[in-house]
Formats: sequence, C-alpha cells, structure tokens
Amino acid sequence: MKYIDEFRDGDIARKIGARLAEEVQPARQYSFMEFCGGHTHAISRYGIAEMLPPNVRMVHGPGCPVCVLPIGRIDLAIKLALEFGVIVCTYGDTMRVPASNSLSLVKAKARGGDIRMVYSAADALEIARQNPEREVVFFAIGFETTTPPTALAIRDAQRAQLKNFSVLCCHVLTPSAITHILESPEVRQYGTVPIDGFVGPAHVSIVIGSQPYEHFSDEYRKPVVIAGFEPLDVMQAVLMLVRQVNEGRAEVENEFSRVVSREGNLQAQALVSEIFELRTTFEWRGLGEVPYSALKIRPSYAQFDAECRFDLRYQPVADNKACECGAILRGVKKPTDCKIFGTVCTPENPVGSCMVSSEGACAAHYSYGRFRDIPVVVESI
Amino acid sequence: MSPVKIAYIRPLDIRHGCIDMGHGAGGRAAAQLIEELFLAAFDNEFLRQGNDGAVFAPPALPPGARLVMATDGHVVSPLFFPGGDVGCLSVHGTVNDVAMSGATPLYLTASFILEEGYPLADLKRIVDSMAQASREAGVPIITGDTKVVERGKGDGVFISTTGLGVVAPGVDIAGSNARPGDVVLLSGTIGEHGVAVLSQRESLEFETTIESDTCALHTLVAAMLQAAPGGVRVLRDPTRGGLATTLNEVARQSRAGMMLQESAIPVLPEVDAACELLGLDPLYIANEGKLIAICAPEAADAVLAAMRDHPQGRAAARIGVVTEDAHHFVQMNTRFGGRRVVDWLSGEQLPRIC
Repeated sequence: MKYIDEFRDGDIARKIGARLAEEVQPARQYSFMEFCGGHTHAISRYGIAEMLPPNVRMVHGPGCPVCVLPIGRIDLAIKLALEFGVIVCTYGDTMRVPASNSLSLVKAKARGGDIRMVYSAADALEIARQNPEREVVFFAIGFETTTPPTALAIRDAQRAQLKNFSVLCCHVLTPSAITHILESPEVRQYGTVPIDGFVGPAHVSIVIGSQPYEHFSDEYRKPVVIAGFEPLDVMQAVLMLVRQVNEGRAEVENEFSRVVSREGNLQAQALVSEIFELRTTFEWRGLGEVPYSALKIRPSYAQFDAECRFDLRYQPVADNKACECGAILRGVKKPTDCKIFGTVCTPENPVGSCMVSSEGACAAHYSYGRFRDIPVVVESI
Repeated sequence: MSPVKIAYIRPLDIRHGCIDMGHGAGGRAAAQLIEELFLAAFDNEFLRQGNDGAVFAPPALPPGARLVMATDGHVVSPLFFPGGDVGCLSVHGTVNDVAMSGATPLYLTASFILEEGYPLADLKRIVDSMAQASREAGVPIITGDTKVVERGKGDGVFISTTGLGVVAPGVDIAGSNARPGDVVLLSGTIGEHGVAVLSQRESLEFETTIESDTCALHTLVAAMLQAAPGGVRVLRDPTRGGLATTLNEVARQSRAGMMLQESAIPVLPEVDAACELLGLDPLYIANEGKLIAICAPEAADAVLAAMRDHPQGRAAARIGVVTEDAHHFVQMNTRFGGRRVVDWLSGEQLPRIC
C-alpha cells in the first residue's frame, strides 16, 4: 500500500534500531511518554518495545479517549437511554466501558435501551433525521481529532432546524492533560515517574498543529516529538527524542511533517470555536478534575446540548478499588503492577477502562505483549 | 415436484409477493411455498417423497470409517453481499464444517426462519443460490423445515443447515492433534469474506471490488489427505474471529503454542487497504472459503504442493510452526521486525476513535 508500507519497512526499522543502540548513552535511562493510545497500540502491535535499547523505556500516557472517560459520564448516557428513552448513538469502544451498577452501554442495550454504535457524528445526525418522533443523543467522546466532526453535526442540525438531535459532549483537550501530568507530584516533586520527553499526538496535532506543545518545551524543559501512528514514525520519534536528551535540548520537533503544520487546521479550529467553549473543569478517569481540559457546547447552541436539554447533573463515581487504571494512566504504574491485570480484569471482562479499548495500556499489553511477562521457548520456521 | 398441478390455486406471486404468517401455519399456503419454491429449487428423490424426514440407506462403510454430523446457523447481515448471499453461505459453511473433520459430505438438511413481509423474490434468489451451491458441491439437501416469525422478530431470513459425512478409515483429524514442530499451512489469502460483507453494511458503504471467498472446500481437503495419508493432523476453516481466533482455538485444544511469520500470511492488497481504512486487522476478519491445516513436518511439503495444485489452494502458504508452550500463546514475528501475541478476538473489532 502506497504511503503505508513505506512506514512499516522492517529493514529501515532495524537501521533505526541500530542507530538508537549506537546513540543511547549506556549509563543513562531514557523514559518517554507516548501520550496517544494510537502510539501505545502501534508499539504493542508491531513489537517495537523489543526493538528499543533496554535503557529506553516507553511510558504509556492518558491519550486514549475511552480510557479517560469517567464512570459518571457513561452513567449519564445510560440514564438517557433507560430513563429518558432516547436513542443514544456512540462510537463502538465506548459501548463496553464499565459504568455504575455493573452496567455498561452494551448491558444497558440488552436491558432495552436503544443504544446504537455509529462510525461518525454524521451517522448519528442521520439517525435523528430518520426518527423525527424520537430524541436522538450523540454521546460524543474523543480528543481534538473527533471534535470538529461533532461541531459540524451540531452546525448541520441547526441549519436543518432539527428538533430531536443533541450531543452529550465529553470532548477533552490534549495540552491540558499533558500540563496536568507535568504538574503532578509524581513527576514534578517525587520523581517517581521520570519523563524525559513526549511522543506527541498524531491525529490530534493535524487539527491543533505543533504550536500548542511549545509551552512544554519552554516551561517544563521537556522535548516533544510529534509522530505519526506508523511504527517507523514511532521509532524515528524515539531516536529524535534520544538525540534531544543527549544534546540537552528541549524543543518541539515534528516527525509527522507530512501532515502536521505549526498552525494546524485553521478551518477546523474556527468551526470548533464557533460551537464549543472551555469547561472550567472536567473529571478525567485517572487524572481527577483537570481545569480547562474539556469542551462544552456554547449557550447559543444550547438546544443541541443534551446536558441542558435533559437537565442532566454530573455525579462523580469512584473507580473500583482494586483497579489501578488511574495510576497506569498517569504513567505511575505499569499494567502488570495491577493485581487484577489478566486475572479478574481481561478484555472479555474489563474492570477498568484501560482494558476496554485496544488503545488502552492494559488491553494493548494483554493482547500483544504479555508473552514478555512469561518467557517461553519459541522456534522459528 | 408433484407431477399433478394443484388445480384452483394460483401459483405463488414470486415477483410481487411476500412472506405472510400463513406460510408458516402448516396449511395450504405453507405447502404451496414448499412445493413451488423449495422443492422446485432443491429437487431430489428424498424431497419428492414429501415426508417429514428423509429415509435413506446408510452408506456402505468400510471397517474403521465413521460418520460426522455438523450443524450451523447463518444470520449474516446483509443477506446479499459481493460474491454471495446467505443461501450459498449456508451450504458452504456446513459442507466445510463436515470437511474439516476430514470427511466426505453426503447430505444436508435446511431449516428456514422467515420474517413476515420478506419479499418472495429475494427468498427465491437465496433458495436458488443455495440449490446451485448444493449441486456444485454434490451434496443434496434432503429434508428441511420452514417457520415464519412476525415482522420485526427476525432479520429477513435465518437458515440453519446440518450436514452428514463419512470419514475414511485411518483419517484422524482433530483440533487436539497439533504437536510441537508441526507446520501450519493456510490455503490462501485471508479477509475477503469479512470485508465484502462489511462493505455492504449500512453506514459503512465503501466502494470495493472485493468479493466473498465463500466456497465448499471438501475437494481441496480430499486432495490434501490423498497427498500425505496420515500427515494432516488438524483442519479448520477460519470463519468468525478469523485466522487469529481459529489458531488460538487449536493451540488451546492441543495444549501447544504457535509461532507465525507475518510476512508469510497472504493478504490481498485491497483487503489490506480496506482494513487499514477501517482500523481493522485482517487476522481477525472472517473467511468462508479458506482453511488452515496443521501437518506433520515430513508431510508439509506434499500437502502444500497438493493445495497449490487445487484451484482453491493456489495461494497456499506455510505460515508458521507449532511450539511447545504451556501458556498456549499464538505469537507472531512481525514484518516490522518485532514480536507480538496474536490473541483471541475480544468482542468486536472496532475502528479507532480518534
């Protein structure tokens, strides 16, 4: 596949691996956080961790939209379906996230809730058009990548004067989450999570550009390399981060220059800003309340805001006590540090959100990398 | 079909008619549906008898031969997809289930659950396709059943088929037979069926020329067994859950592991591209016309050659080996140079959110 295979070339990967091995300083430990779940997935799926020098450690960050969705938000969506009788439309992964009372959207569907998986916000809008007698709510989650399509759906709904469509907006913002991690005591004071740099988001950066990360390199002296989700992108980004650390630099570099510019997609940004405004605070799973880290629908579009339309009140719900998702999302713990990882908590029966999405740190390690926990003898053909 | 035309009854209006509750009530309308649609399409001596069951003499079995019975329900959505429909699928699926025991399939039964309001014209397309698949496979449908459910309580047409077959003496095929050192063979490219069906799903339509690979595999199996008597230990068709899930099933049954080579697994570029677009992994996409075979190492070359000589095995490949592994991991050396677990499919494969 043109434009894909070039970024999965094993020969080039081995060359980058060899260069990394030459350039890392043996006495030094390198810890880089990949913010996006897409990078976590690529690292696991292509076996990248094994191709890095042993003193380069990748720390999984909170950049999986399903993993950071708090229980209370899913409870709201379930309430809409079961109590208000609305058609709730959402992305597939969201369906399986555990909620209160042993429910999830999948289980609420089995109890009679009209909950439908869609592939885009536009699909939800179409369902509203086809069911004028029913209320349709799009349960919107995701980072800056999925926000413009939600904004577009709201604008289209307004232009079409649709009376039965609204959005339960749970869109969150990347830069605020990174700031939150850098400000966390574990990173800033205790040093329990050494982070020498970030692999910056791929698709998010197409929308917001590279400029928002400049703050991290200036203020916190952390290098950021924005990288695509292909495995060679990740390998190259790690090499660029190692070089910055070795040279004592802390800059924003753009490995993903084939699609990411400094300014990003201005048209998308304008659309988002027309429809949404900042929330003063928003609860993230694992990170707690993070100021100015999410979006809500502007009052001028309130008729499309499910929280206003159905007078919803957010109620925080504590995570399962045995679950370490919070610490894993902050990079404080690894999936295998969690007592219930792979025993009580599996992809078939996820207790925590990190085990739900294939981009969650626990699911990625369980599905692709758990052979590393248990050495086995393998033969080649 | 009865040689005497039933007088005073208008023939079924296949072009404009649709299924109603009367077609499942066991009365004249049901008899007419069976006679004019099902019997007309499947026509054979057993069905012509018009009895509740098919009465037949057991096949002459040599000592050591055994019978195999397999049953399968078919609930595909949409019912028609590029390269096939639920009708031919219901024949191929069960013929293949019988064949994966190393058996020669003999007979099929078919049970239809039809939804009130389903167009007779579409039902006829499905039944004709089924009849053609059955004739091509040489496995007649010798008895069946029809039920009708109210509108909204079905999804158009559900078909269950059961197959009966014979395993020749000396053939021992089972999922528990794989041993460390055995070779894993795959009969061709993976993922076409699943992508062909996905391409027709509501809200996910994308243009593609990919057709389902649905077909009956029993003649391929016969050729493989003949090429290396006793050398084939496991046969499985990687349908739902794809290649990955099938290999995990075998690994668990055989209490062994597997090590695959990603670069050896054949995938059509267009399937690869569609999966890429949708964020799916071809290893987990359903197939309907492919099989995996696990063979003794000394038999692998002969079996592979026999597969490649058969039209359904032209792209056959050696994709891995069985390993000793107490955890029954299926692992893979990636094309990229790393190593990973190829796990069971968990839930549904879903596209990336952002």
